[in-house]
Amino acid sequence: MDEYGTSTRKFLRIGLGALAMALACAWTSVSAEESGGYGIGRAATDEEIRAWNIDVSPTGEGLPPGQGTVKQGALVFAAKCAMCHGPTGKEGPKDKLVGGQGTLTAAKPVKTIGSYWPYATTLYDFINRAMPFNAPGSLNPDETYSVIAWLLFQNGIVKEDAVIDARTLPQVQMPNRNGFIPDPRPDVPSR
Amino acid sequence: MDENLPQINRRKFLGRSASWLALGAAALILPKAHAEEPKAPEDPMRVPGALPRPYGERSPFIKTARVGGAGPGAPHGWGANAPNNFNSWTPLQDLHGIVTPSSLHFERHHNGVPLIDPSRHRLLIHGLVKRPMIFTVDDLERLPASSRLAFLECSGNSHDLWLQVNPDFTVQDTHGLTSTSEWTGVKLSTLLEAVGMQRGASWMLAEGSDSAGMDRSVPLTDEVLNEAIICYGQNGEALRPEQGFPLRLLIPGYEGNINVKWLRRLKLGTAPFMTREETSRYTDLMPDGKAYQFSLVMEAKSVITSPSGQQQIHPGFQEIRGLAWSGRGRVTKAEVSVDGGRTWQLARLQEPVLPKCHTRFLLPWRWNGQETVLQSRCTDETGYIQPTRQELVKVRGYNSVFHYNAIQSWRVERDGRVRNIYA
Repeated sequence: MDEYGTSTRKFLRIGLGALAMALACAWTSVSAEESGGYGIGRAATDEEIRAWNIDVSPTGEGLPPGQGTVKQGALVFAAKCAMCHGPTGKEGPKDKLVGGQGTLTAAKPVKTIGSYWPYATTLYDFINRAMPFNAPGSLNPDETYSVIAWLLFQNGIVKEDAVIDARTLPQVQMPNRNGFIPDPRPDVPSR
Repeated sequence: MDENLPQINRRKFLGRSASWLALGAAALILPKAHAEEPKAPEDPMRVPGALPRPYGERSPFIKTARVGGAGPGAPHGWGANAPNNFNSWTPLQDLHGIVTPSSLHFERHHNGVPLIDPSRHRLLIHGLVKRPMIFTVDDLERLPASSRLAFLECSGNSHDLWLQVNPDFTVQDTHGLTSTSEWTGVKLSTLLEAVGMQRGASWMLAEGSDSAGMDRSVPLTDEVLNEAIICYGQNGEALRPEQGFPLRLLIPGYEGNINVKWLRRLKLGTAPFMTREETSRYTDLMPDGKAYQFSLVMEAKSVITSPSGQQQIHPGFQEIRGLAWSGRGRVTKAEVSVDGGRTWQLARLQEPVLPKCHTRFLLPWRWNGQETVLQSRCTDETGYIQPTRQELVKVRGYNSVFHYNAIQSWRVERDGRVRNIYA
């Protein structure tokens, strides 16, 4: 491992040498004046930022090249996810990912991707960084897009022939997209 | 020469590096202390005492400890959920004053505690900034330092109480996901000056370097800009690994989860990033099916820590002690009822009374041996009064999981046993 720690494992292949050189060059490029007067810290290089800039926004910003299908996703899910989430994503023992639509006002709401998640892009951000639980960051972009395609299909959100990629994922309309309101507290009247 | 040996050895011992000392301590001292039940001499005045040691331990007679758990719905206890213990509760019933010992600070993590070499750790600040920059931990320690006492509370603290009341729960079970530390680090504003925050930057992604890559969006309000600290210190020493070593974000008054641990990256933007932890989780589902989002502040809350669940009291003098806190500022008033909420008495607030910090309250009481219900409620400097359970669920229903801050009720039974109840 290089100095950047765990979450860069997938970026290691883009060239450690280039990174190290960029690092060395950048070391002295921030003057004391530029760094808020203290002269402490250094400029980050474009390469360094690229390697760590893994978040994905609702606009789709941050989604990588690649694509996935429902059919491929079924295979990925069965191999890497079903052990915790169940064969169809409904069984658990860990989070239920499928179903639950219409239950948010019930006595026992079932909060899943289909019933609760407001943005499809969050799936990429989260799965890419944190799943599978026992080997986070081990899925490549095609596998990640595929498993998202399968999860969206299982929840009745996309068709079986859907292709999920950086262009189509932000366009997916999630059923609970309008289910959230900004924090209105204090909301409990005092005596 | 022989009689000088122990002293020489001790000098040599002390001359070595801290890490060597720690190893030595672990190898030579800890197994002894832990393996045997403590045996105190008949008269400690008649035998020489123990010598100094490199890193202190509490008395072997003191056993208070955190209790582990796996999250909402799961039973409490280390054995019940192994290997899925992703949180632990602070033993509030055993603590004095307001500071939580670092070893007893509550925990919540999302895929375990990472082992991080501080010499290789980096903080990247980028996005809507004029100069994206990287800071080492040493860099941050060189910058102007800032310290304050502040509570942290998991927004899931007391989540069990939304749906059920377990009569066997202690205050550790019901309220132990909150702790107070003195936190030290660099003010966020110092770093944002260094990188040159751009106009329009209104949200900031904070990302950890744990294997969950925990990420949350932080609103860059004046309150956050004035108060947030990038911390490397906790209670006078480096952060504990469970608390984010070597770096964590601290936003006093905000729910625990947004105080991102093992912090590696801050990215400024114009909108929230809508991460899993602020959409699927840490949102509060209301009875109408809508959910509160970015419900970040921890509203005022208090609890009696003694007498509390499972404790056994005796007729006669009994000081009622508890903790009160508010994410909106100072606690201005703590009141105690010893008759199930019919009448209230003003409790004494122990100094210091600090904003967004646990505040100790105390009230002398004499138990007459009759069954009764003890409650506390607090008011903060905004005038907010901690609600009753009935008032809280009337608005929020039973399924919001997070942010339960209702008045807690302890029933003292005739035999002096204290039970967790709804009243």
